[in-house]
Amino acid sequence: MTANGILQTILYFVVLFALVKPLGAFMARVYEGERTFLHPVLAPLERALYRVCGVDPEEGMSWRTYAVAMLLFNGLGLIAVYVLQRLQGVLPLNPQGFDGVSPDSSFNTAVSFATNTNWQGYGGEATMSYATQMLALTVQNFVSAATGMAVLVALIRGLRARSASSIGNFWVDLVRSTLYVLLPLSLVLALFLVSQGVVQNLRPYESTQLVETTADADGKPVAEQVLPMGPAASQVAIKQLGTNGGGFFNVNSAHPFENPTPLSDFVEALAILLIPAALCFTFGAMVGDTRQGWAILAAMTLLFVPLLVLCLQQEQAGNPRLTAVGADQVASAVQPGGNMEGKDVRFGIARSTLWASATTAASNGSVNSMHDSYTPLGGMVPMFLIQMGEVVYGGVGSGLYGMLAFAIITVFVAGLMVGRTPEYLGKKIEAYEMKMASLVVLIPPAVVLVTTAIAVVAPAGVGAIANHGPHGFSEILYAFSSMGNNNGSAFAGLSANVPFYNLLGGVAMFVARFWLAIPILAIAGSLAAKKVVPQSAGTLPTHGPLFVLTLCGIVIVVGVLTFVPALALGPIVEHLKMIA
Amino acid sequence: MQELKRAARMLLALTALTGVIYPLAVTAVAQVVMPSAANGSLITADGEVVGSSLIGQGFADPKHFWSRASATSPTGYNGAASSGSNQGPLNDALADAVKSRVAALVDADPQRRTPVPVDLVTASASGLDPHVSVAGARYQVARVAAARGLAPDAVQKLVDEHTAGRDLSVLGEPRVNVLELNLALDAMHR
Repeated sequence: MTANGILQTILYFVVLFALVKPLGAFMARVYEGERTFLHPVLAPLERALYRVCGVDPEEGMSWRTYAVAMLLFNGLGLIAVYVLQRLQGVLPLNPQGFDGVSPDSSFNTAVSFATNTNWQGYGGEATMSYATQMLALTVQNFVSAATGMAVLVALIRGLRARSASSIGNFWVDLVRSTLYVLLPLSLVLALFLVSQGVVQNLRPYESTQLVETTADADGKPVAEQVLPMGPAASQVAIKQLGTNGGGFFNVNSAHPFENPTPLSDFVEALAILLIPAALCFTFGAMVGDTRQGWAILAAMTLLFVPLLVLCLQQEQAGNPRLTAVGADQVASAVQPGGNMEGKDVRFGIARSTLWASATTAASNGSVNSMHDSYTPLGGMVPMFLIQMGEVVYGGVGSGLYGMLAFAIITVFVAGLMVGRTPEYLGKKIEAYEMKMASLVVLIPPAVVLVTTAIAVVAPAGVGAIANHGPHGFSEILYAFSSMGNNNGSAFAGLSANVPFYNLLGGVAMFVARFWLAIPILAIAGSLAAKKVVPQSAGTLPTHGPLFVLTLCGIVIVVGVLTFVPALALGPIVEHLKMIA
Repeated sequence: MQELKRAARMLLALTALTGVIYPLAVTAVAQVVMPSAANGSLITADGEVVGSSLIGQGFADPKHFWSRASATSPTGYNGAASSGSNQGPLNDALADAVKSRVAALVDADPQRRTPVPVDLVTASASGLDPHVSVAGARYQVARVAAARGLAPDAVQKLVDEHTAGRDLSVLGEPRVNVLELNLALDAMHR
């Protein structure tokens, strides 16, 4: 590791944590319906939306109604994304004349964007019209993120309500998340990104004369370079902020038109963790004890930092096989050194590994380097961060509600140790909550392991592998870890745009999103109906170091027990081969 | 049924807001305030577009500085299909490719004894990386100078002029924009 690499990493955390409180407090005010500095402009718009859609913002919903509204809305969104892709050939805003997308790829992408996964089997600049990018993908980037935030807010209301039957109104939570949080932040970020060089236009692709004529594989001369265009900045902004991660171009934020400078990279990477981290403060503020939020944030950070450091160290140490054939990987003031295969020079090792770790800790899944070409252990870090269930910061809303499920399991385990009924924030945790929390914790690993197992025995699954041996297994394991936890990044050598992966992965993404959101809403409903029990000497304080460490322990134990056997077959074997 | 109607209306309303008004508003502001950046940071010479300062091109002539390897197909630096190699660290094809790139650089300048910087012989993530490291540019100065019959100091001076430091002195890596450097070299000869 270099001194500059460590400095860049520390700077990232300093800025991130400085923003947690202001943004977190702002979001708490938004969800409480209190006035903010944006209300003079946005409150009339909010009221107009309710009027147009026939929503009574005062109406409370039971958890079942809330879940039905969420499912209907996301289901319609999924259908809209599918239809827009199939029809893009006859729709306007298609200057490159792209045909409709194939049915299996359209299905996969529709599920992917509606579930906040943004797994991409396609390459954006060669597949999607501007109409599809704007009306289908950008929209889902907003509303799938807002859905995650809404479910989280419903859970928080359940935790603090006293003998209530309502957990809030889905439409209100959805609209407020979009209008007051995601839209203003995206607007600012998009314009900043344009200033750095991210394209934002509706023009056809530009053609330019190459300085040196080259030749393609058949020896035909190539004298021109096509420069892709499009409304990229507006989409990049929200895909970073909403933990979506779906790139406008094939290589995502490695593309110079999507992430042109180290400064744009710093801000885009900040946007990955910004809302998930700030929501911890929102949670604390809304339950009336900000220490509760800081404790959760501390646990997430404790889990994150060691893995990030491992990734940085491994990639900077480089690939011994490249040294053997004459490449100099030693970092200095004039070169980044390290494993530069699949990384761009402007980002070097530090920015690439920081991004790879943040994007997989959060369920973002955008990339600025190619994870498939990482060293074995360097590439294991993003994979393991996904496999921990996307609760280390995690997706906007979904990360924190997943972590709160782990918190419920933690107080339950702690309760078992001292033989006392567990409670969290004054609510008794009983069999029903534990069953639901167990579903939330166990469904993603079950989905990941079962789909991986199917893929490694199916000819269509193995046929997509690009790198054989243990790395090929890692490619498949990564793919289903990513889809089964709604991340969206990939070991991209895998040729996953085939019906087998599109369909199986589509199902995995769907299950991983909604079979987690529904049990969470069930917990919210059940907790809302309960009375608050007063604290006693036997209550485990959930804001102290003991709780934070136990919570980390539970997350690690679940992740390690579930995935270490699989990781041993992939990255760990590969590492041993590399150093042998 | 009532919730379904609400869901449909909400989807339409939010599509109008986030899928039409928002991207068009960003486009409008961007096109008025910073048109060059919003349209691909194009470099023009004599009214013709000769490239983008953000997108790399491939070079093989010893008179030009060479860019990094690009894994796009069917040719490297295909702007219409960005891609990395996605070769795993132990893939033999990766080691073979690096070996032949090292050999090509050494063959082009056999006297040079300094080690070959790793970024010069690996494929970038985007396949469109416009930069090489400062070491990667320095490695090629003697070759370019000899091929053009220039003094190495003059070429080195041009490299220095096209070197960018870390952003805000901290972020990213020091780097040299290969296309801009080569355009400047070609302009010197005219």
